[in-house]
Amino acid sequence: MPRFAPKGILILAALAMPLVFNEAFYQHIMIAAVINVILAVSLGIIVGYIGELSLAHGAFYGIGAYTSALLMVKLGLPFVAAFPLSVASAGFMGFIIGIPSLRLSGHYFAIATLGFQGIVVLLIINLVDLTRGPMGLPGIPSPGTLNLFGWSISFGDKLPFFYLAFAVMIVVLILVRNLLRYKFGEAFIATREDSLLAASLGVQPRNCRMLAFVISTALAGAAGSLYAHYTMFISPDSFTLGESIYLVTMVIIGGRGTIVGPLIGAVILTGLPEVLRFAGDLQFVIYGLMLMLVVIFLPKGIVGLVDQFKQRGAPLGN
Amino acid sequence: MDFLKISNLSKSYGGVNANSDISLSIQEGEIVSIIGPNGAGKTTLFDLITGVTRADSGSVRFQGTEMSHLPTSDIAKLGVVRTFQQTKIFRDLTVLEAVMIGHHLHDSTTLWQSLLANRAARDQKQNKRDHALEILEFMGMADMRDLITQNLPYGEQKLLNIAIALAVEPKLLLLDEPAAGMNPMESLRMLGTIRKIQETGITVGLVEHNMRLVMNISERVFVLDYGELIAEGKPEEIRANHKVIEVYLGRQASA
Repeated sequence: MPRFAPKGILILAALAMPLVFNEAFYQHIMIAAVINVILAVSLGIIVGYIGELSLAHGAFYGIGAYTSALLMVKLGLPFVAAFPLSVASAGFMGFIIGIPSLRLSGHYFAIATLGFQGIVVLLIINLVDLTRGPMGLPGIPSPGTLNLFGWSISFGDKLPFFYLAFAVMIVVLILVRNLLRYKFGEAFIATREDSLLAASLGVQPRNCRMLAFVISTALAGAAGSLYAHYTMFISPDSFTLGESIYLVTMVIIGGRGTIVGPLIGAVILTGLPEVLRFAGDLQFVIYGLMLMLVVIFLPKGIVGLVDQFKQRGAPLGN
Repeated sequence: MDFLKISNLSKSYGGVNANSDISLSIQEGEIVSIIGPNGAGKTTLFDLITGVTRADSGSVRFQGTEMSHLPTSDIAKLGVVRTFQQTKIFRDLTVLEAVMIGHHLHDSTTLWQSLLANRAARDQKQNKRDHALEILEFMGMADMRDLITQNLPYGEQKLLNIAIALAVEPKLLLLDEPAAGMNPMESLRMLGTIRKIQETGITVGLVEHNMRLVMNISERVFVLDYGELIAEGKPEEIRANHKVIEVYLGRQASA
C-alpha cells in the first residue's frame, strides 16, 4: 500500500532513533518528546477542534501523574492497573470541570480553565499527607518488567521505556485520528464554526464539547502516568500554568485544527531547549518571539505553511 | 391536524414586543411566506419555532408535538430545520464536507465504532458522502463539491445553506431570506430551487423581502408588523390588503 509508505518510513525512523543516538541524554529527550506529543495532540482536540483555549492541560497531566503514582506507591497496584485508572481519573475530572466551564466560551472559558489550573497546583502543594506537597513524590516504581518468551524487558531502562511510550503515542494518535475522522470530528468542527447552525442541523453542541474535553483530558492523564513512571519522581513544578502555556504554544506553532500540527509542534518545542541551551534564559524570549511570529505570519502554524506550498504546486480548480 | 401550529406566541426584548400573540398554522406540503418591514419580528418568529430563543408564552406544535420547550437540536430531529441569513458558514471545509455535516442525525456511528474506525464507521461515512452528493446534484452544485466553501460566489453560498439544511432530511424547511442580495437571475434560480424542494414533499416556510419571489411562489402569505400578525391570505389577497399597503407604503398614501 503506497499510501501508507511515508507514514511507515517515518515511524520506522522514529523507532530507530534511540538505537542510533543511544546516549542516555538523547534517549531522554526522545521520551520527553513522545510524552509531549501525546499532550499536544490531546490538547489539540480542544484548541483545534472545539476552538477553545484550555490553560489547564498541565493540571490534567498532573492529575494523571499523581493518580498513577499514588496508586502504585500507596496501594501497590501494578502499572497495568494504575495506567488506565489515571486515564479515567483525568477524564473524570475533565467531566466535572467541563460541566461549569464548557458553558462558557472564548476568553471566559480560558479564564475558567486558568482558575482550575491554579486550584490543582495549590491542592498538590497543600495536600501534604497525600502528595508530600512541594517536596514532591519520590520512589515511584517504573512500569516493571515484562517477561516475554524468556526475555525479560525492564521498563526502568530508557530504551524499553521509549518503546512503551511510543506504542502508547501511536495508539493515542490512531484513536484521535479516528475520532476526528468520523461523525464526532465533523460535529466538533460544526460546533466550533457555528454552534447555532450546528444545533439547527441536529448536532448537540454541549455534548460535543463535553465529549471532546473529556477525551482530551483523559489522554493528558495517560501522558501523566507515563511521565510519573519514567522520572520516578514528580513534584508540582511539572504541572504548572507554565507547562499548560508551553503545551498551548506547541499546538499553535505546529498548527491547530490538525493532528500533525501539534505533533510537529511538540517535537520542535521539546528539542529546541536543548539546541538553545547556550542561550540560557534568553531562550524564553526566543519562544515568545516565535509564538508572536507564528501567530502573525503563520496563523495556521507550520502545517499551514506546508499546505500553502502544496496548493501552489497543485493545479487550480481540480 | 395542522402540520405546524403556532398559538399565541409572544416574545419581548425589554419593552419591545418582537412577537406578540402570534397564531398561525402551516399545512403539509405548502409554501408559505412571512413578510413585513425590517424589525417586524420575522426572524424572531423563526428563532422561536426552532428553539434558538425561548418564547415568553404561547405554544408551537409540529405534527402534534409541543416543541416550544425543546432545544434546537431536538427540533431538528423532529424534522424542522432552518437556514440562517449569514453566508460563509463552515468556511474552511469543502462544499461536500459541509453538506455531509448536515446529515449528522442520520449517521448512527457510535463512539466506539468511530474510535476503532471499523467497517460500520466507514460505511456510515460512505453513506453520508453518497447522500451529500445526491443533494449537491439536486441543487445543481455537484461540480463545486471540492471547492472550499468560503471561495464560492455569493449566490452559491446561499444555495449551500439550503443544501446543508436539506441533508438533515427536513419535513419543514424554514428559509431565512434565501434570496437576500441576489440579482434577478440568481433569485430566479432560487425560485426554481424552492419549487423543486417542495416537489420532493418538503413543506417550505420563507422569510423574504423579495416581493416578486414571494408573490410568485407562496400559496399563502403572512404579514407581520411591529411583532403582530396583521394579515394572512393568498398572495393576491395580500396584495390588495389595505393594512398591508399601509405598512409598506405608509399611512398617508392610503388615506
